[in-house]
Formats: sequence, structure tokens, C-alpha cells
Amino acid sequence: MATHQISVGDVRSRTSDFEKDLGPEKMSLNMGPSHPSTHGVLRLRLELDGEVVTKCDPDLGYLHRGDEKIAENMTYNQFIPYTDRLDYLAPLANNVAFALAVEKLAHLEVPPRCQAIRVILCELARISAHLLGLGVYAMDTGALSVFMYTFTEREKLYTLFEKLTGARLTTSFTRIGGLARDLPEGWLGEVNRFIANLIPQVDEVDALLTRNRIFVDRTREVGVISAEDALAYGLTGPNLRASGVPSDLRKDRPYCGYRNYDFDLPVGEVGDCYDRYRVRMEEIRQSAGIVRQVIEKMPDGPYYAEEAKRIFPPPKDRVMTRMEELIQNFMITTQGPQIPPGEVYFEAENPKGALGFFIHSKGGGVPYRLKIRGPSFCNLSILPKVCLGAMLSDVVVILGSLDFVMGECDR
Amino acid sequence: MEDLKLSQLTGSYPFLTPRSSSDHPAVNCPVENLLELAGALKEREGFDLLSDITCIDWFRSSPRFSAVYHFYSSIDHRYLRVVVPLQDDEHPRAPSLTGLWPAADWHEREAYDMFGVEFENHPDLRRILMWEGYDWHPLRKEFPLAGHDTELPDEEIRRESGTRVIPAPMEGGPFAASQERGIMSRSEPRGADESWNESKEKPQ
Repeated sequence: MATHQISVGDVRSRTSDFEKDLGPEKMSLNMGPSHPSTHGVLRLRLELDGEVVTKCDPDLGYLHRGDEKIAENMTYNQFIPYTDRLDYLAPLANNVAFALAVEKLAHLEVPPRCQAIRVILCELARISAHLLGLGVYAMDTGALSVFMYTFTEREKLYTLFEKLTGARLTTSFTRIGGLARDLPEGWLGEVNRFIANLIPQVDEVDALLTRNRIFVDRTREVGVISAEDALAYGLTGPNLRASGVPSDLRKDRPYCGYRNYDFDLPVGEVGDCYDRYRVRMEEIRQSAGIVRQVIEKMPDGPYYAEEAKRIFPPPKDRVMTRMEELIQNFMITTQGPQIPPGEVYFEAENPKGALGFFIHSKGGGVPYRLKIRGPSFCNLSILPKVCLGAMLSDVVVILGSLDFVMGECDR
Repeated sequence: MEDLKLSQLTGSYPFLTPRSSSDHPAVNCPVENLLELAGALKEREGFDLLSDITCIDWFRSSPRFSAVYHFYSSIDHRYLRVVVPLQDDEHPRAPSLTGLWPAADWHEREAYDMFGVEFENHPDLRRILMWEGYDWHPLRKEFPLAGHDTELPDEEIRRESGTRVIPAPMEGGPFAASQERGIMSRSEPRGADESWNESKEKPQ
């Protein structure tokens, strides 16, 4: 990383007085938006005194696509592909969270099989997101080989996603009131085999990192976030739990049948970068345990809410042969699922934290206002505070440990 | 996970009125009482986490903007929605909650960026997702989905000055159209489809 002053790019639109009010001994450093350790397009304007950060000003918005404006102008089902692109490392979990929010507005409960499948999807998405998070985090601290281990497993997961949804990344698998389709034959067995293979690999990564002297030295006592700060800044998910707050929406406000499954909440003690690593590592194992339990208890029955005639279109074979189903399919496709007027705010425990959807509906198939609360947005807001007084090289570690994704931060 | 008793809350804080909601307890709060309520929620009612701040634009009705706050209690695991109608339709204002929750900082900057709501006593109220110098607030309902069809500079002026009109958004506007790419309302049909606009009633 260069330590001399770098002039800020894109001057026309993003000029600032930042350099002007530097003291005589201070130096400004522009980090990002295209920097390997900013994991996407985050730009940090750092003010340095030697190697110590005296000010950190994150600059967001490089990935802003106006998702909330887009949502106001299309039906609920049409918006599902856009949720893939929020936290694009766990698209399945976003799909489920959005569907649950709209279903809550419609007072619709999906059948047990659909709920069970959704739990599997969420937990596989969590495993996939944490595997990536761990891999790149280890790479940021200099442990390159971990990345190879985690990405090998992640690749297998993506193959499973592809078999299920037809897409590796942009899955768009849920629908309001159900799923795009039922599970393909033999898929659960493959998931079982994947989980069985995953745990030894995670143990291997564990052995490589957890007591690795270099890794521990780089992460312990670095980027400490106290429990009070974590709550005050609205942190959620693994970052909040690493600070010692046992808060998890799957336990606290169980949705989607999470209360039927047994799992532990890993909680950190100090809230430093090392704790955040440990929490994620343990969460992978817990998620694997949940997936196993769901597969054991997988209920039979429909994979969508059959009684919701104005929300979920019937299967294609019936649409092609029966008049009533054809009309139903036509109405839902053209006008969107019919959702009653009301206001709803739903948060789901996603890999990065609580992904929230606030929907104000005036009835019909289109939301009047849809607000997305991206957990990465809130998790990043603590960055100016954590980076203050840290060494420049620690900023990279702190960024890696917060495990954010700019897709849902900028929306 | 028991939800908050609304009657209890409106009893202790008489300025609150209950609000219809499909899920969590919700109240309307006048803007002048917001700071008092937020302080009490944090100190006495145990709402230690500010989940979200956003706005709704009730286009063509007054008060035009409402700020929507979601508070969460990590101890009792319950939510509360507080909706605050903002007085001025042109320059809506609300008190900033940054003194109580630092989390409010970025949420309020986003609401300012997207809706133009001024948060008083905010330490650093500037745009967060769009860039400084951008003149519009994109989530206001009158912000167009596609370009306004605008007159291009005269061919002679274009030749003399070398002006090229590039269809924004980098130009900073609700997008100007250019002849090179065709008229925007034609290339982006949803923008021209008035049935989707708030200015026209949606077809039933």
C-alpha cells in the first residue's frame, strides 16, 4: 500500500475540503473505492499521523442503484431478483427475508415444507457467506491458503444452488407465498453429503488459523468494539454477538419455524477482530447442524400456500389445462400478488446481520414505499470510531473482520 | 418476546396516538415531542437499538413527509414504530437523534439525501449515497423514472461550442434526453407509462 499522498480521483463529483484542513504533520490517504481490502467499492478517506489513523471518513454510494425507487414501480414478485443483488454473497437469504416481509403484510403463513426448505436455504446461504468472509479475511491478514480451502467448499455449495435454482449467484428462488419450485429429487442427499464433507474442511481451516501466531497477533485486541458501542451504533449479526451481546433474531423472534431447531449462539468476549473471526467460524458449524436437523425432519406437503389464490400462481400444468387457474395465473402475473393495505417491518437474521424490510402498502400488487435496512450499512457506520487511533495496517484487518458487502450497503 | 402494551405507552406519554399497523405496535408522535419520547424510550422503556430511520412521501397531501423510526429492544426483543409527521412540506425538518444513538447519524444522512429532510443539530448532515452537488432527492415521488424529454442545444450552438448533451445521471439531473440515444421516454417505456406514476390514479 502506498503511503505517499494520492490525489483523489473523480474530482468533479466528489471533491471535498478534506485535504485543505489537514494539520502540518498530517497526511491524507485515499483508500478505495477499488482496493482489494475494501471488498467492493467502499472508499475511505484517511487522515494519518505517521502510521496512526487520526480520522476516517467512509464514502459510500458507488454501488447505489436506487433499489427502493425501483421497488415502488414494480410488483412484489418482480422485485425478488433485485433482492439477490443486496447481499450478493447470500442471495437466497435475501429472497427469503423479502418474501417473509410481504407475507407478514398479507397475514399469510406458508406450509411447513416451504418453511423447512427456506430454513435450509438460509443456513446454506449463511455457510456460503461466512466461508467467503473467512477466506478473504484470512487473505487480508496474509494467510493466503485459507482462501483456497473455503472457496473449494463454496464452489460445491454453488453447484448445489445451481441444481436447485438454475443459477449460481442470482438465485431468485422464493415467491411471495412459496417457492419457485419444489426440491429436485436427490438434492437433500447431496446437501447431506456436502455437510458431512464440510465439517472436516472447517476443522482444517480452524487448525490453520485459530492458534496461528501471526493471525492471532494481527487480530487480537485490534478493532475492539464494546457491547454498548455495538448497540448504540446499531450493529447486528455476528459483529454484535462478537461484542458479547447474545442477540439473534432466529432465537429472539423466531420466524420460519426456527424454534423447532436446536442450535447455540456463539458469543464473543472482547469484541475484537479475533472474536469476530471465532463467532463466524462457530456459526458455520451451528448452521451445518441446523441443516442436518431440517433434513431429518423434512415434512411432506405443498411447497406453497395453496389457499392464497390471489398471491401465489398455481403450477404450470394446471394453468395450461384449467380455466380458473389460467385466470388466476394471468391476474397475478399482470397485476402482482394482491397484498392488503398496511405497514410492516420485518427483520431476518441474515449472514451479515438483521436485514430489514419496511413496507407501506396501499393495497394491490405494488408497494407504496419499500425501505431496505441493510445490515452492512449499519455495521459500517461504526468504522470512523473503530479506526480512530488504529494503525494503518489494522484498518485492513478491521474491514475484513466487519465482513460487509457493499451491495446491501449502497442498495 | 411479548409485544409492548400500546395503552401503557399512550398512558405515560399522552401526546402519542396509536397508529394502525400490520405487525408491531406503532404510534404517531408530534415532531416537537420526538426528542422527549426518544430519550424516554432509551432510558426507561429499554429500547437500546435504533434499527432504522426512513421517510415516506405522501405526495399531494399535507403534511407531505413522515419520518418513520423503528426501535428495537435487545433485552425484551420487541419493536416499536414511531411515525412523525413533518410540518413544512417544502423544507421538512426533524430533530436529530444522533445525541441518543450514534446509529442515527448515517440513517439521517440517508433520509436527507433521499428525501431532503433536514435533521436539526445533526453533526455532519451531508449526502451519503448520492454525491455533493446533486440537486435532487431521488425518493421523492415527483422524481421521474426516466428522462424528461428536453430541448437539445441548437445544432449551431453544438457545432460552435462542442456541447454534447449526455443523458445523465452523471450530469446530475433527472435525466436529460439526447438525440443520439433516442428519446428517453421511448427507450425506457416504464418511465412513460403514466399508469405507474403517482400523478395518475393506478388502474384498478
